[in-house]
Amino acid sequence: MRPHPHWIDYSIIAIYFTFVLGIGYVLKKYMKTSADFFLSGRSIPAWITGLAFLSANLGAQEVIGMGASGAKYGIATSHFYWVGAIPAMVFVGLFMMPFYYGSRARSVPEYLKLRFDEKTRGLNAISFAVMTVFSSGVSMYAMGKLLQLLLGWDFNVAIIVSALIVLAYTFLGGLTSAIYNEVLQFFLIVIGFIPLTYLGLKDAGGWDGLKARIGNDAMVHSWKYLGSPSANPMGVEWFSMLMGLGFVLSFGYWCTDFLVVQRAMAADSMTSARRTPLIAAFPKMLFPFLVILPGMIAGVVSAASTTGNAPASAAVAPGTSEISLQGGKGIIPPKVDESGNPLIKDGKMVLDYDLATPMMLVRYFPSGLLGLGLCALMASFMSGMAGNTTAFNSVWTYDIYQGYINKTASDHHYLWMGRAATVFGLAIAVAAAYIARQFNNIMDVLQLVFAFVNAPLFATFLLGMFWKRATGNGAFCGLLSGTAAAAMHHGLTLPVGSAPGVKGGFLGLVVHQYPSEMAQNFWTAICAWTTCFTVTILISLLTKPRPDAELKGLVYALTDRPKDVGLQWYQKPAVLAVVVMTVLVVLNWIFW
Amino acid sequence: MGFDIRWPIGMMFSVFGLLVGGYGAATQGDQMYARHSLGINVNLWWGIAMLLFGVAMLLLARRGAAAARSANQMLNSERN
Repeated sequence: MRPHPHWIDYSIIAIYFTFVLGIGYVLKKYMKTSADFFLSGRSIPAWITGLAFLSANLGAQEVIGMGASGAKYGIATSHFYWVGAIPAMVFVGLFMMPFYYGSRARSVPEYLKLRFDEKTRGLNAISFAVMTVFSSGVSMYAMGKLLQLLLGWDFNVAIIVSALIVLAYTFLGGLTSAIYNEVLQFFLIVIGFIPLTYLGLKDAGGWDGLKARIGNDAMVHSWKYLGSPSANPMGVEWFSMLMGLGFVLSFGYWCTDFLVVQRAMAADSMTSARRTPLIAAFPKMLFPFLVILPGMIAGVVSAASTTGNAPASAAVAPGTSEISLQGGKGIIPPKVDESGNPLIKDGKMVLDYDLATPMMLVRYFPSGLLGLGLCALMASFMSGMAGNTTAFNSVWTYDIYQGYINKTASDHHYLWMGRAATVFGLAIAVAAAYIARQFNNIMDVLQLVFAFVNAPLFATFLLGMFWKRATGNGAFCGLLSGTAAAAMHHGLTLPVGSAPGVKGGFLGLVVHQYPSEMAQNFWTAICAWTTCFTVTILISLLTKPRPDAELKGLVYALTDRPKDVGLQWYQKPAVLAVVVMTVLVVLNWIFW
Repeated sequence: MGFDIRWPIGMMFSVFGLLVGGYGAATQGDQMYARHSLGINVNLWWGIAMLLFGVAMLLLARRGAAAARSANQMLNSERN
């Protein structure tokens, strides 16, 4: 199959870029203080912060990665939404937002400083800052590769153009600009992907036709085969799914990651801040139909259309080249090495699952809609980058620069520093994209280290917010030992069929083999969380607690319950939460 | 803070709708629809849908602006 962009597709992309930059330009005049730039002056209504909360997470990993998982594992990928996101989003809205928003902390690390101490904040701020710029780089690298393939753009041009556009609008309009663009991008992805799912499903013969074509019952049920790891393609059993993904990883991300929490902190009131993740939960629940189904469909449909016998490619776009499907599955092509030869492992061709969703666009969208689909893809890459950039510049400016380097500068200076951080944050991200291109392994190692650092985080926040006896020393030791435990567990175990190294077993001894990489990751997380939780409690009991007066507004027992005055019953956070959870149960039941 | 995000959303999707829908109308019967989209002129139909969505957003933004204006007027008359 060959990508077929036309003048109409380029026009759509150009119009989108114009609006993206226009929003940044118009917002520039509203950026007067550092609070405007980093917190949007805490003045954004809930439906906007809600969609941005969702969109900030809707980066490349989501759209491309979930399509790839759909092709590989089938509908069980929906666990990453229905188990791995929604319950945590409800929890952060109902129970944690009162402390984040109510404490007037300007960032997640700053909350840790208010609640615990300087060193816990420093640890969190520095690891978060490093993590965001590097994941921004990885996202850029993926985008560069994809644009090279689909539009025939040069890798360097793709990276520089996308970085400059993101730089322009976050530099000019700060967080507000990032949030507004995330909302725009949300609608673009929904509107760009609905026809894809519709056409794909229609071609496959609807959900029943798709099930028949896949022909593997374990790929069309989400829970039925989770009894034992050998029965389902993920190689995971229900306990590690619920505990590892559903509790540790999901709560660790949605409840503590500043990238998403920052969106809620920009809300115009406590009630709006609490409703932010709940409003985001509604579209989030339905996203599997937009991003997972196309991946599943890609594995079972054919490149040739059944309704017409037109020549394979009429108008050939300059720069793009034919993507060979020889040896692939459905329209998912095999993975190729640098010289274009297919990769073979264990006598079988390795499939490039990351191309499942992009190939669907090429297959089902004629010129016109193709531009819209490509726009939606680019939007997801760029908003991922912009989200990381705005989170990075806040943490850098408030928690590292103001915290340790220059404590007493004017607000004007911090606003300037925020803009400077936007520039050098993106510059580091571009460098990271090139490192990722050169040395794929370095990025794998880095992401592994990030996973170790992130896994124990939720234990720290849970104890910090709900147990007033928890101390700074306890939290700090808990975090360090949780990270160490994660590294130990990973170093001593290995997924079946992998060689020791990045995949695990690097401590020279393999004490347990997991049926899959995913199972190993889930157990690493469980291990880290449990260690952090236990160590924090033990050390806290041995160290001196802070007086109650200092913890007012930071801990559950010493904070007034938020009251939702002036809201209709259907707008109240608790009601929204009940509705979300009910729909969630129904969805799980339908795809059981 | 700033301006109403519904203006740019409404404008962008109205433009997309006109462009894609217009392109669909101009290419009615083109073989690319048989090749890609199961013989359906998705450009035309989805273009119309996007135009409707865009216009709806613009109307909501206009209503929002009117509501804000009247709220301001109320505030001003109370002050006087």
